[in-house]
Amino acid sequence: MILRAEGLRKLYGEFCALDGVSLAISAGEFVSIIGPNGAGKSTLVNVLTGVLRPTAGAVTFRDRDVSGIGPARLARLGIARSFQLVQVFPDLTVLETLQAAVVSRLGHGARLFASLAADRAVREGALEVAELFGLGRKRHVPARHLPQGDKKLLDVASAFALRPQIILLDEPTSGVSTADKTAIMETLVSASKRIGVQAIIQVEHDMDIVFGYSDRIIALHEGRVLADGPPAAIEADRRVVDTVIGRRARAR
Amino acid sequence: MSGRLVLALALGATVLAPLVAPTYHVLLMLPFMAYAVALLGLNLLFGYTGLVSFGHALFLGVGAYTGAFLTSVFKVRSMEVILVAAAALGALVAAPVGALCVRYVKIYFGMLTLAFGMVFYTFVLKFYRLTGGDEGMPFLRPTLLGRSIDGLPKTDYLAGPYYYYSLAVLVLATLVMWRIVHSPFGLCLKTIRDNPTKAETLGIGVARYRWCAFVISAVYAAVGGALLGPPTGNVDPTLAYWTQSGNIVFMTLLGGFASFFGPVLGAFVFIYLQDWVMSVVPFWRLIFGAILAAIVIAAPGGLAGLWVRRPSVEASSS
Repeated sequence: MILRAEGLRKLYGEFCALDGVSLAISAGEFVSIIGPNGAGKSTLVNVLTGVLRPTAGAVTFRDRDVSGIGPARLARLGIARSFQLVQVFPDLTVLETLQAAVVSRLGHGARLFASLAADRAVREGALEVAELFGLGRKRHVPARHLPQGDKKLLDVASAFALRPQIILLDEPTSGVSTADKTAIMETLVSASKRIGVQAIIQVEHDMDIVFGYSDRIIALHEGRVLADGPPAAIEADRRVVDTVIGRRARAR
Repeated sequence: MSGRLVLALALGATVLAPLVAPTYHVLLMLPFMAYAVALLGLNLLFGYTGLVSFGHALFLGVGAYTGAFLTSVFKVRSMEVILVAAAALGALVAAPVGALCVRYVKIYFGMLTLAFGMVFYTFVLKFYRLTGGDEGMPFLRPTLLGRSIDGLPKTDYLAGPYYYYSLAVLVLATLVMWRIVHSPFGLCLKTIRDNPTKAETLGIGVARYRWCAFVISAVYAAVGGALLGPPTGNVDPTLAYWTQSGNIVFMTLLGGFASFFGPVLGAFVFIYLQDWVMSVVPFWRLIFGAILAAIVIAAPGGLAGLWVRRPSVEASSS
């Protein structure tokens, strides 16, 4: 197990967003977290990525307690994430955005008087990821001028540029046209193999994407794990179909 | 006209100014160069990190009083020692102040810096025995590069050796700042300006980088403050008053915080415009208030923004 959550509980005042969630992620897995709105998916991602400290329970990464250590330290340890609502640096170009991630990974951020343009390791690392995500030709375009689909790709690509061991993708295809969804998923699966990402965890609403790419699916409902298993078992679970997947997926 | 050509022309004109321009205008260049150094630092915080300080007059004051103490109390007259001591004291004061301030952003950061600025102002105003209170302290004529120039009349000293000394400090400060903003460190600051949440998830420790930018900006402000001393020969608390902090933010907005040289241009225009407006009407602040409002509404990129693209776009096309 490279990532483990034990008995996670998260309270917002009296509201219980997570109520004893436990999960374990192994190397080589593509795990999807599904659940209706309010199931606790975003809270779980925020706890797993160190943004929120759990009220109770712990998150361990390679046997090290990483509960609430903050996203910056977690990213440096090897867990990266992308966001549901696309997050970019509006005034930075595609290349600069990816360079920033590589600077962080290589620990070059303390170099006050070095030339960024002359840092070949940073430039080559950024260009490699830009090519992997099909953003090479747009490397000089500021993020704010990119179409929405490319912004989403850039958000995900910058997480990959950290060469993380685990990557958490919060709705990687949200806000993207149906035609582009498969292309994005294919791109990030192939990029993860090239880069050596050991596990992908995604939160996703599109059941075609979830069942098409996952090795394992974790269904959340009202802050608890409703089911945890391979796609075939989840699809056959009546509780999951009734509360999470719905009739549309059942007709697949 | 390319930026490099404009820069070369501006530098050439600045070098030649003492030879061709009236002494009065040459002397006005001294506060311009001192403020330009301070503004290069302020803009690392403002334009590149996204934090607006309303208390940087504190560090102007630290630099100026360092020079005044060294020359009039400790009898140290070397300008190089004064500049190094000002930079060191600026960093020393900025380290704890910055550690507290960078935990907050936006208006809270601005108000906290303002508060620390007022604490320092009150300190230099009220500790009369130490600082001379509202009368201030003399900043005796410093030696330049180890050479004593006491024989020269004050105007000749300021419009000659001291002018070129200030220009050399400004050029050096500009080169160092240019290197900083185009370094991996500078890129991390820009990510924090644009989107601190995203920067944090890329492993960039936002608070640590903000603190570094704060300390560097304070060092620049302190060096600028030390340069302000010799032209007047006296340092008083008005230099550390909050209106000074407002003035340097105004200069940055006037020139354009999104451009590397914008604040330098802002300092130049501010100094000469203030001088001209004050000679024409007594209520110069009214005029400047209207100018500030016009800039914010009609030209948020400042004067430089009217013809220079944002630094990040510039860098991408080079």
